[in-house]
Amino acid sequence: MADATTAPSHAVAGHGGHGGHADGVPKRDFLKLTAGAMAAVGAGAFAWPFIDSMNPAADVLALSTTVVDIKPIVEGQAITVVWRGKPVFVRHRTPKEIEEARTVALSALPDPQTDQSRVQKTPWLIVVGICTHLGCVPLGQKPTDPRGDYGGWFCPCHGSHYDTSGRIRKGPAPTNLVVPAYAFLTDTTVRVG
Amino acid sequence: MVGLHKSDIPNPVLRWIDERMPVITLMQKEYGSFPTPKNFNYFWNFGALAMVNLVVMFITGIVLAMHYTPHVNYAFDSVERIMRDVNYGWLIRYIHMNGASMFFIVVYIHILRGLYYGSYKNPRELLWILGVVILLLMMATAFMGYVLPWGQMSFWGATVITNLFSAFPLVGESIVTWLWGGFSIDNATLNRFFSLHYLLPFVIAGVVFLHVVALHITGSNNPLGIDPKGPQDTIPFHPYYTIKDSVGLGVYAMVFAFLVFFAPNYLGHPDNYTPANPLVTPPHIVPEWYFMPYYAILRAVPDKLGGVLLMFGSIMVLFVLPWLDTSPVRSMRFRPLARPFFFVFVVACVVLGYGGSRPPEGIWVVLSRVGTAYYFLYFLVIMPVLGKLERPLPLPESIAAPVLGGGPLPAGAAQQPMEKA
Repeated sequence: MADATTAPSHAVAGHGGHGGHADGVPKRDFLKLTAGAMAAVGAGAFAWPFIDSMNPAADVLALSTTVVDIKPIVEGQAITVVWRGKPVFVRHRTPKEIEEARTVALSALPDPQTDQSRVQKTPWLIVVGICTHLGCVPLGQKPTDPRGDYGGWFCPCHGSHYDTSGRIRKGPAPTNLVVPAYAFLTDTTVRVG
Repeated sequence: MVGLHKSDIPNPVLRWIDERMPVITLMQKEYGSFPTPKNFNYFWNFGALAMVNLVVMFITGIVLAMHYTPHVNYAFDSVERIMRDVNYGWLIRYIHMNGASMFFIVVYIHILRGLYYGSYKNPRELLWILGVVILLLMMATAFMGYVLPWGQMSFWGATVITNLFSAFPLVGESIVTWLWGGFSIDNATLNRFFSLHYLLPFVIAGVVFLHVVALHITGSNNPLGIDPKGPQDTIPFHPYYTIKDSVGLGVYAMVFAFLVFFAPNYLGHPDNYTPANPLVTPPHIVPEWYFMPYYAILRAVPDKLGGVLLMFGSIMVLFVLPWLDTSPVRSMRFRPLARPFFFVFVVACVVLGYGGSRPPEGIWVVLSRVGTAYYFLYFLVIMPVLGKLERPLPLPESIAAPVLGGGPLPAGAAQQPMEKA
């Protein structure tokens, strides 16, 4: 800053005093560059608050966790809770569903992940209920819903099939259903987020 | 005039564009080499400052509208959420809030500059009239913007201002009901005010464009009030006035930043941080400072319709000012009689402004009446009569003459006025 403000007097004096272009032109270029750089920094500093104001506000960030009571969910049932405005599937899996999820060969999976790496407690599968293709909510939470060819979820938008570990098995979705960060606060309470 | 524009821009891509749509040539002509009188003082910064201020209001306003809810039940809370929860919301709202005040400061100085240097006179009458239109639009926009936070001052300001129209006989009540969209200020009113508050700035931008078009036909006035006689009297707009405007912009930004960061609520009213209550009027309601002079005029008249008419008349009189001022000399520098009357006019405006902020009792009623009387006397009597009576000082032969020789010096001339025999 000090350089930028003291430079003009030298440059102007040099230019006017000698009147030589060979001497004056680089100084004028220097002035333009430094003044332009300062203006660019200023414009950036002015722009940032406006850009940042469109990021999630404090009250939105404050909603970033959801506590779920999983006690009423009996085996074979699933519930949907809302976390950050999105559906999260909490599924109490049957031993058959767990076995299906664990016996499949990793090589048969488009996005290979073991079931063990996707759950914290074996019966409880917790995934974000957003199809990784283009954001629809897959069917399969209600007993009457179609669950696709692999007994997990079926996305009606473009026909993606997910298995009982929420992994993509067939269809256009590129990756498995996302496992959110969560923790068991007690045996029957989960904090998502 | 059909066919490609002949462009001599070296860069082939820019030339290709310029040949088909010569905006680069246009900008170069109107803001680059545009011949501008070489004797501007810093009062000639304020048009550019107003332009910058309009842009700042656009940017902050559009972002605020992303977070604001125009509903009576949510408006106040959504503004508080902007202040507390939205990232930098406090900064953006304070810039917008104080930006309104800065806009009026800049525009009022711009107008007084025009009054002092006779910028409204032939051939700049239309330029001046467009300026008065911008002022009216600004006042409407500022008023409706002040209603949006839905605080006590918002609500009761809206009530009082819309009720001004009830002063008109026969149709008054119907007009007010129509403005409100109901039988009191309510959600319908808030919604339309939000819509119009968003719309009017675009109208302002349009009229500003016309204002600039008209300016670039007549060229700028200057402190001597005489027309440039040739190239020796002008300099190109860039870099000379882009640089001079930048200096003024720096000072303006510092004043603006001081208000925003150190005294963001100094020009506002604490009552507006109380949610609107249609059942209780605050004990002392006043408009924002920039409306005070008009408010003083309104209250100076002990008659409802008369007060409203004089208040609107105080702006309307500006439209005909180019024909009220009969003096052929533009700049007050050469008008020894008009000059003191002008400064008294400025004092009258300040007195009206302060009077408008005081409770309407005692000395302030008297001073408001004196100020109102002088305001209208100045335009309707003093200006027309002075032009006939006054013997102006000799004008310099050209802008360059006092500097380069060949004409009487304005400074020296001012000390030896040639009175009418």
